[in-house]
Amino acid sequence: MYAFTFHRPQTLRQAVGLLAKNEEAKLLAGGHTLLPTMKLRLAGPPQLVDLSLVDGLSGIELRGRSLSIGAMTRHNDVNTSPVVHEAIPALAKLAGLIGDPAVRHMGTIGGSIANNDPNADYPAACLGLGATIITNKRRIKADDFFTGMFSTALEPAEIITKVSFPIPKKAAYQKFKNQASRFALVGVFVSKRGSDIRLAVTGAGANGVFRVPSFEEALKTRFSPKSLEGMSIPADGMNSDIHGSAEYRAHLVGVLARRAVAEAIGK
Amino acid sequence: MAAVSLTVNGKPVTADVDSRTLLVQLLREQLRLTGTHVGCDTSQCGACVVHVNGRAVKSCTILALQLEGANVLTIEGLAPADGPLHPMQEAFRENHGLQCGYCTPGMIMTAVDMVRRKGHDLDDHTIREELEGNICRCTGYHNIVKAIAAGARAMRHGATAAAAE
Repeated sequence: MYAFTFHRPQTLRQAVGLLAKNEEAKLLAGGHTLLPTMKLRLAGPPQLVDLSLVDGLSGIELRGRSLSIGAMTRHNDVNTSPVVHEAIPALAKLAGLIGDPAVRHMGTIGGSIANNDPNADYPAACLGLGATIITNKRRIKADDFFTGMFSTALEPAEIITKVSFPIPKKAAYQKFKNQASRFALVGVFVSKRGSDIRLAVTGAGANGVFRVPSFEEALKTRFSPKSLEGMSIPADGMNSDIHGSAEYRAHLVGVLARRAVAEAIGK
Repeated sequence: MAAVSLTVNGKPVTADVDSRTLLVQLLREQLRLTGTHVGCDTSQCGACVVHVNGRAVKSCTILALQLEGANVLTIEGLAPADGPLHPMQEAFRENHGLQCGYCTPGMIMTAVDMVRRKGHDLDDHTIREELEGNICRCTGYHNIVKAIAAGARAMRHGATAAAAE
């Protein structure tokens, strides 16, 4: 690691102040992407701002028809929360598919979506449920938040405080794991809330998480895997690497979308 | 250098560390608790698993400075130095749940955390899923899985015995 100064603010205001003063400073949430990246010297922020002592950043709360999850809430806590299990079981399941038990004790939802790794699970849930990302400055719709691989709409000195998920009638997440890393080679999150149907894909796109309007349209007629029979998406714009070709990933999107819809309707 | 104060195996510790110091380096190099191992140093293998505030974490992926006020338990603190082994340690010995032993401290710390979260009746499938973050390159896992199932059952008896005393 390159040397850095470690800061541990106690309030959001102090954290924002530290970011504003130090342009190259990085926020430390669970650290399970940032620290390995720093160990490889792929990142070398001169300052780290640890958020773990900042009050009010973790916790899970049901507010009317939305589920609100604090940015510093650990994956394990989302996975095991009775509130999440009751409101959005697909989200609890997704959190339990991230990393391994020790990683889930540290990793956070805010860290995951701020990083926007193209193979991460949470971005699919945010986009697939139509979540709102709440920061110290504003509310950002998931549709506007994820702007490309490892890139988001967050501005300098902007900190995610919570994520608010509208509660769907039906939802499911299907993940096809890379056999070695267990990251999503392709993951599909589908949800239905009234006539609003959303289907988001992680792992496959060269530009990060994305929605599939043609699938969503087909599911509007009938929310059943049959509506997606024979459908696939073009291989253009899909990732292609040693783990799978663009064609393979495009094919998996169709397969996993059908499985996700089947799971969502309990079949 | 900055100071950090925490509790390690029940004892208060204050150390001066470089901001880059990882928990595993603090444990091994400054406190000389070398039971916690560094395997991959990339958060994959689990040889470095310890408990922080009661939860299993990978000590190669957490900075010492993040642990101000924290309570850390390592393999050395699982059972008293002059007393019998912890039931999970005993189960690993009984079931020959190791060959070279390098991964064993991390396996045992993960197993104890597994019992805390999943209870005393662990089937093979659960144990294998839960061991996703612990890699052993010798045993083929078979005896590790057996050891954890036996250790989990023995920990229930341990708890009953302690409650009866």
